[in-house]
Amino acid sequence: MTTGAVAFDDATSGPDHRIRQGRLDPEAVRKDFPILATTNSRGKPLVYLDSASTSQKPDVVIDAVNEFNRGYNANVHRGIYEIGERATAAYEAARATVAKFINAPDPHEIVFTRNATEAINLVSYAWGRKNIRRGDAILLTEMEHHANLVPWQLLVQEKDGDLEFIPITDDGVLRLDVFEVLLKLKPKLVAFTHVSNTLGTINPVAEMTKMAHAAGALVLVDGAQAVPHVPVDVQAIGADFYVFSGHKMLGPTGSGALWARRELLEAMPPFMAGGEMIREVHLRRSEWNEIPWKFEAGTPDIAAQIGLGAAAEYLMQLGMDRVREHEIDLLGYALPRLITQHPDVDLYGPMNGAIRSGVIPFNIPGVHPHDVAQVMDSLGIAVRAGHHCTMPLHERLDLPATARASFNVYTTHADIDALLGGITEIKRVFGDPA
Amino acid sequence: MDDLYRDYILEHYRRPHNFGVLDHPTVSHEGANPLCGDRITLQVRVHDGVIDGVGFTGRGCAISQASASLLTDEVKGKSIDDAAHMGSADVLELLGIEISPARLKCALLSLETLQLALEDVPKGVPQDVPQ
Repeated sequence: MTTGAVAFDDATSGPDHRIRQGRLDPEAVRKDFPILATTNSRGKPLVYLDSASTSQKPDVVIDAVNEFNRGYNANVHRGIYEIGERATAAYEAARATVAKFINAPDPHEIVFTRNATEAINLVSYAWGRKNIRRGDAILLTEMEHHANLVPWQLLVQEKDGDLEFIPITDDGVLRLDVFEVLLKLKPKLVAFTHVSNTLGTINPVAEMTKMAHAAGALVLVDGAQAVPHVPVDVQAIGADFYVFSGHKMLGPTGSGALWARRELLEAMPPFMAGGEMIREVHLRRSEWNEIPWKFEAGTPDIAAQIGLGAAAEYLMQLGMDRVREHEIDLLGYALPRLITQHPDVDLYGPMNGAIRSGVIPFNIPGVHPHDVAQVMDSLGIAVRAGHHCTMPLHERLDLPATARASFNVYTTHADIDALLGGITEIKRVFGDPA
Repeated sequence: MDDLYRDYILEHYRRPHNFGVLDHPTVSHEGANPLCGDRITLQVRVHDGVIDGVGFTGRGCAISQASASLLTDEVKGKSIDDAAHMGSADVLELLGIEISPARLKCALLSLETLQLALEDVPKGVPQDVPQ
């Protein structure tokens, strides 16, 4: 099948040279990301340490999007003509690739969405409005991104239900002992993040899913920060809903997916209504399309989802086990150096690399995170400053804001050295002159 | 960076002027940039239509703290009308550095808070120090 989506069809674009002695070679990987060769207006090369906000895109993704727009742009599931069929085939091939990437049993269980946020809203509207009733509890955690908090607030406000929260320890690990107790409330749904976007904590999602199921709850896992960093197998996790964005896993903005078990999707009413999601429309009633198209009203971002397929293919060729090993290596390089070179800098999140992804939130005493990010920017280093869409988590940790450095496949030891040097420079600028 | 974190900006950040709680304020107002985690409480004491005391507390970045320090210096002794007519351009001039669009909210938080505080000053009654 010619999809035009992804093709490592020549030796130079093959993935092999990116792997050296079984490990990912970030220097070779970097060559796939054109933006990493750019410099800022002061001529400083880009040190990109904000991948948890959005990742950079490799050539294969940029090319897949461009090839669609330049070569076979047409609407999907409509055209009888050649490029229309080619667009449909590429769009559906991307769905199959995404299914394979998270080991979903059936590509029809993958609903394309704009991002994880839209996927969670889809579940809260389509499943939540039908299944949550007065007095029902939904269980979340204190470390959720606003995207996995606010949709549930709206739902329980509408239905007069309750939200409860699994607390965290001071170093950012979920209290499973309290979770066990909260399950006695018989929540209808437990929704939690796979990997914390702020602390990097990797939650024991399979174990938590088993606990929730034993208590009769359904489980939604927010995988936005997991899919770029750890191998994800939705069947092994056993959850009912798994959501993620494409743009954090090297794919284009505007791409993302919801995976849910077939019977759940089939029982759910539509989320948005319009074209594509219908089988038959009469003036006063309509019949819904099959899943997943029932949930894909209107013309989707075809190019973006094709790009997401290319990103998933790229990551699978690198190997998600190797991606994870690379991140453990980066943490093993960064954390001890931060602690020894900058003992005065406050670090947050678990100090155990086995349960931590490549996210390092920090504060330099006496310097606001915005100023940290501003000075870093002048050095060509991109870090995030603020609350990272986790205001309740910052409240819990009693922090107005944090600075955050986050990694991806293209991050190197040199990037971390730049971060360490940037902290030295900030302390010099802000240090009280003697 | 060298353009932004000039010595006088850092000096105002480290030792902000008018930082503290005022005795007998006429009005008090809280402002925040939730996105940054910046917070400011600004107090103004008015006597005969003139600002005769101003103080602020809170926490924030160097730009927001320096701007509050400079602005509070500037409005002391001004009439309410004159102070209320101060605009963004005046604050940027006081700061004297080039502020990027992303940092404008930091630079202008104290001005916005001051303007809201001044709106609360009772009108048509003698503005005096309360007992």
